[in-house]
Amino acid sequence: MAKRIEVKDLDIYYDKFLAVQGVSMTIQPRSVTALIGPSGCGKSTFLRTLNRMHELVPNARVDGKIFMDDDDLYGPGVDPVNVRRQIGMVFQRPNPFPTMSIYDNVAAGLKLNNKRMRRSEMDDVVERALRSANLWEEVKDRLGKPGSGLSGGQQQRLCIARAIAVQPDVLLMDEPCSALDPISTQAIEDLMLELKEKYTIVIVTHNMQQAARVSDMTGFFNLQGVGKPGELVEIDETTKIFSTPSKKATEDYISGRFG
Amino acid sequence: MPPSTDRPRAQKVPLRPGDRIFSGASTGAGVLILVVLAGVAAFLIVEAWPSLTAPAEDIPGGEGVAVYVWPLLFGTLISAIFALLIASPLAVAIALFVTYYSPRRIAQVLGYLIDLLAAVPSIIYGLWGFTVLAPLTVEPANWLSENLGFIPLFAGPPSATGRTMLVAIIVLAVMILPIITAVVREAFRQTPRLHEEASLALGATRWEMIRMAALPFGRSSIVGASMLGLGRALGETMAVAIVLSVSGGVTFNLISSANPSTIAANIALQFPESSGIAVNTLIASGLVLFAITLAVNMAARAVINRRKEFSGAN
Repeated sequence: MAKRIEVKDLDIYYDKFLAVQGVSMTIQPRSVTALIGPSGCGKSTFLRTLNRMHELVPNARVDGKIFMDDDDLYGPGVDPVNVRRQIGMVFQRPNPFPTMSIYDNVAAGLKLNNKRMRRSEMDDVVERALRSANLWEEVKDRLGKPGSGLSGGQQQRLCIARAIAVQPDVLLMDEPCSALDPISTQAIEDLMLELKEKYTIVIVTHNMQQAARVSDMTGFFNLQGVGKPGELVEIDETTKIFSTPSKKATEDYISGRFG
Repeated sequence: MPPSTDRPRAQKVPLRPGDRIFSGASTGAGVLILVVLAGVAAFLIVEAWPSLTAPAEDIPGGEGVAVYVWPLLFGTLISAIFALLIASPLAVAIALFVTYYSPRRIAQVLGYLIDLLAAVPSIIYGLWGFTVLAPLTVEPANWLSENLGFIPLFAGPPSATGRTMLVAIIVLAVMILPIITAVVREAFRQTPRLHEEASLALGATRWEMIRMAALPFGRSSIVGASMLGLGRALGETMAVAIVLSVSGGVTFNLISSANPSTIAANIALQFPESSGIAVNTLIASGLVLFAITLAVNMAARAVINRRKEFSGAN
């Protein structure tokens, strides 16, 4: 549970195009790390290298190392499928499986990881995951109904329940609230603060207030220049980033002077 | 007070000529379909009527319309259903390969080839079945009847020419394969990236991702495409007429030389030499085919609608 991630000199490519250059950072367990920065600076791309989703794009690849505790995620012979089973992900747009019921959505990951599970056991895990995602009370009477019938915010919490049902070590969130209204956003943010007791959470967000509200550490990504790759400008404690950042670019960005 | 209660009755929206023309044209097209369908049904019923009311001994075969049509109906159903059983899993597999497994360039070429196959006239398939496939099946049919003869399908005795129901089924399967594949492939291509990623991020392998995201999403298309294929197989005339050596009779035996004909092939073969009540009888068999096809389509619709709320369309 809740592992530390260490990134060393990571270069991220789309075919020959260098998208992000030279990222090194340490992500602490049981904390929320927020990644902020202007559009197109590679923060989502970086996030997707952490669970090896990046390489699903044809010809995409990375150079460098990522360790989760002591496991080299890009080591020889490491199966990306296994990496993704340990690192859960929540996407920008809620994406419950439309053909599955609420229950089956939550159980989807369990069925992949652990094919033989007794029904009663599965019921328990589904309930626990839905409770952890603060969704249980709203859906307990309609677990057999399709997940696509829920509101956007509920769908996103369903996706979080689906991700945490398999008890991942790390939870990645790619702008999880950008398609949600303020009330649903608040619900997700509250949830993040609860979940960080048990998980390592990394969240990409465009919303700086959100980063300030939920995160312990904040990393600022920026483009090195027009047409140049993105980079990690700095990463530090959130309070420090938002009060006295050490780089000029960070200060300009958070004070709204550009981007 | 809620605004809906005191709002004046729906205001007249000015009608634009473009809207009017378009709605008129599309309504007309919709009505036309119904009119054509009703016309066909009316024609079949009116023309079949004399044979339905005639005394049994006047009907070809001498035992009434039902006895005449039943073996044909049986042949039609058995050939089409078995063809579908062969073709639809194969079509789904091909579509999955093209969409998810093959390199992009191969996928493109394969796609063109499949579309091309759909355009081959059925008489060509019939000739191919007759001259190439039928002789090729003689040996395997012998083997089947010797080793798997306890299964009624392969009871034998095997035909010496190979012009068997089995060959007709294979030819039909090949014929309906491209149309099913093309429709299913299109469905898989539209599987939302969102759902593919959702399953992959959970740690699904590619096959598990296909099972979680692609197949459920394509399910109604698979059913629809299969019904399209079944419709074509039920109505296929020339290929069956050329391939099948017919002797009437109802049998599940697929490899013997005694085979029931199919409704469509029988009409094609008998029509030029028929007159009077025999023509009406043939049309009655056509009416049965029409009803079956209609029923198949409605059943398919029902299957698709049954799980509508899970379809992903909402």
